[in-house]
Amino acid sequence: MTNHDIDSGRRRFLVVSAGAGAGLTLGMVLAGCEREAPPAEEQAQAGPGKAGGKVVAESRFAPNAFVRIGGDNSVTVIAKHLEMGQGTYTGLATLVAEELDAAWSQVRVEAAPADPERYNNLFWGRTQGTGGSTSMANSWEQMRKAGATARAMLVAAAAQAWDVAEDQIEVSEGVLRHAGSQRQASFGELAENAARQPVPEDVMLKDPHEYRLIGARLPRKDSKAKTDGSARFTQDVQLPEMLTALVAHPPRFGAKVKRFDAGKARQVDGVAQVVQIPTGVAVLARDFWSAKKGRDALAIEWDESGAFRQGSAEIFARYSELARQPGSVARDEGDSDGTLQGAARRIEAEMHFPYLAHAAMEPMNCVVQRTAQGVEIWNGDQYQTPDQHAVAGVFGIEPQQVKIHMLYAGGSFGRRANPQSDYVVEAAQIAKASGGQRPVKLVWTREDDMRAGYYRPLYLHRLEAALDENGNPIAWRQRIVGQSIAAGTAFEGMLVKDGVDVTSVEGAANLPYAIPNLRVELHTTELPVPVQWWRSVGSTHTAFAVETFIDRLAAEAGRDPLAFRQALLREQPRHLGVLNLAAEKAGWDRPLGQGRGRGIAVHESFNSYVAQVAEVSVHPDNSFSVDRVVIAIDCGLAVNPDIVRAQMEGGMGYGLSAALASEISLEDGRVVQGNFDTYRVLRIDQMPAVEVHILPSSQPPTGVGEPATPVIAPAVANALRAATGRDFDRLPLSLSA
Amino acid sequence: MIEITLNGKTQSLDVAPDTPLLWALRDGLGLTGTKFGCGIAQCGACTVHLDGQPIRSCVTPVSAVGAKPVTTIEGLDSAPARAVQAAWESLDVVQCGYCQSGQIMAAIGLLSRNPHPTDKDIDEAMRGNICRCNTYARIRAAIQQAARALV
Repeated sequence: MTNHDIDSGRRRFLVVSAGAGAGLTLGMVLAGCEREAPPAEEQAQAGPGKAGGKVVAESRFAPNAFVRIGGDNSVTVIAKHLEMGQGTYTGLATLVAEELDAAWSQVRVEAAPADPERYNNLFWGRTQGTGGSTSMANSWEQMRKAGATARAMLVAAAAQAWDVAEDQIEVSEGVLRHAGSQRQASFGELAENAARQPVPEDVMLKDPHEYRLIGARLPRKDSKAKTDGSARFTQDVQLPEMLTALVAHPPRFGAKVKRFDAGKARQVDGVAQVVQIPTGVAVLARDFWSAKKGRDALAIEWDESGAFRQGSAEIFARYSELARQPGSVARDEGDSDGTLQGAARRIEAEMHFPYLAHAAMEPMNCVVQRTAQGVEIWNGDQYQTPDQHAVAGVFGIEPQQVKIHMLYAGGSFGRRANPQSDYVVEAAQIAKASGGQRPVKLVWTREDDMRAGYYRPLYLHRLEAALDENGNPIAWRQRIVGQSIAAGTAFEGMLVKDGVDVTSVEGAANLPYAIPNLRVELHTTELPVPVQWWRSVGSTHTAFAVETFIDRLAAEAGRDPLAFRQALLREQPRHLGVLNLAAEKAGWDRPLGQGRGRGIAVHESFNSYVAQVAEVSVHPDNSFSVDRVVIAIDCGLAVNPDIVRAQMEGGMGYGLSAALASEISLEDGRVVQGNFDTYRVLRIDQMPAVEVHILPSSQPPTGVGEPATPVIAPAVANALRAATGRDFDRLPLSLSA
Repeated sequence: MIEITLNGKTQSLDVAPDTPLLWALRDGLGLTGTKFGCGIAQCGACTVHLDGQPIRSCVTPVSAVGAKPVTTIEGLDSAPARAVQAAWESLDVVQCGYCQSGQIMAAIGLLSRNPHPTDKDIDEAMRGNICRCNTYARIRAAIQQAARALV
């Protein structure tokens, strides 16, 4: 193995020839990340599935390596974000390949190791993780620069080899050419020489009109493996000597194990161990079915003296009382209280939103193994840095001793980025309690996944508004009641300001409509029901409250819901842009038949703007169907328009589940729902026809994973209002009284 | 020991007879393309073919398989299978991908008995397969594309 480190001021570039057959690899080290270096051994790890050798760090800098070019002409993009379906592997690779002028077919993607120094989310400080629809936005410049730097060095290598000027060399589809001498070479052929070139101090990025990959329909990099069954998820990890663990959790939140008898469980063929952990009793066995039978055979007496025993109805009743009292102020303009008091035309509403489970297709799971060096984890990990810290805490080791092997995640919708690292810590606790070094795979059944908590909180909104004599809204007061997802977590300091969890009020406190007297308040409650962000976070409830209430005001004013919005959004060009596009494409003014209705909603989340028009049919048996949804999105420049469309289709569908059917309810503290027979989600026969229209834009790209989700419920409710004349004040929607 | 015919070969399984076929495949034989989603035949992630028909392997005890051939995503080799997988890839149906083995097995089952399905036929045949990424619109389109390719 030979290493060459070439110092070029603040930048480092490294090449490693990793033995016979492995080919040359080329790693990029970008400026702006000079820090104390982590141990060399950790720097040398290059993630799972590596085939082209290692990136080795120079000891003074912490490198930030995103691209490798192998002697086999492969271009490997190192993805720092979790691929959970949103298409980030494809999107990140597109940015590198564009500036590198690589052929799309030679590009492959590899997961980055856990390392907050090199692979942090640039919006989150020194934390590696995926969420908040930030992957593309925070990587937009970083990944393009990685590609452009590699390209410049390949060009320099070719110019040197051919003794020609750099500006006479053209690069296209992974090949460098010099027209005058008719010479050409592939990336792979030039990789070794490229590695010996000085790293350019600055690289020019392309003008948008030069893009040939960004903005094009490129096939996903993960389609084939996910179509032939070979894609590997955490559930699929199999290691020598591995045990599968199932955990018996308490029946209510706050309950604990009092005593248990594992005698019968231990007699089950295949069961290896039964251990108590802080969250329950774990059965470890040679396979899932043995562990399941072992768990079924446990006799556990629970201490429920501290258990939470309320039901959803009681929680809503208490929240309703709270909503009649002033709360912490999230936004205050003008005098909404005074204006409401004196108003002649006043409208009010109380809206209810249940707890929701994420219910990703892959239930939570995690593999943990103790090793001589520390701990290794196999996980579709959405929150590498917090998970490293949490697991290090369990074992009393340093976070960098926790190595994470990344897998695909079978959905997440926020669940795998848990601020408490709950399921990851549970797996670690089992591995620790087992006392050995055999790998332990924690598997949650669907019932575990649905009943062990971490829900979108239950919320109640109280809204009051006043109209003047011309039907213009002159006052708006909105009180939100619910648990904080940030309280008690490491994010409390960042997300809770003056008693207001910004994630509880986002989408309401930043109301885009021009209303002179405006007040948004929050009551944060404390309950032992575990809560967490859920795809589109606060907007999951605020968008419904705001957008259906706007329709009520429009009806009270006798105005068309679209025209009413347009008038109030005059100062909001990006809201207006998608609103008008969706309305136009949907044929807003085209009449629908009897029993049908059309509704519109518009909402910004994660700096992306989405409008949706839904068409519904109300049936004689009081059921209804959503027939068609037209979506308009402004996400800045669409890096991969087909993935943007896919996220609009899927994100809308995810919100439609919550609009039509999904609900986690508590009775006497117990979670009623346990599986897809009772926690109902959208199925194919309920999926409307969908059209997606992307607003042309030259703004930098913003997120697309979440912003479609919150818009559909209000669009459907407004369509139902158009069809029936009725108000809808709770989710899931129902036409029965 | 239980013997089953799996993807054209006889396989011996050292598992309890009540073990669901899903776990026999996954834990017993290392065939992990078939997924666990619900365990109660509600989501379809575990769909395999038994004697050419889609079944839910999570509620099928391995002892009930008998001599009927089992086909999993790893053993696909029919014209409808190739057409379905090609359509899935060309339309980039997948997102997270976890449910897609089951979706594909169900879609192949549909096209094997109904080569020209309407969208309503597709909805009826596929409504037992949940996709939480909600790729349903593309699943419909891919099945139609595969049907056209098979003509």
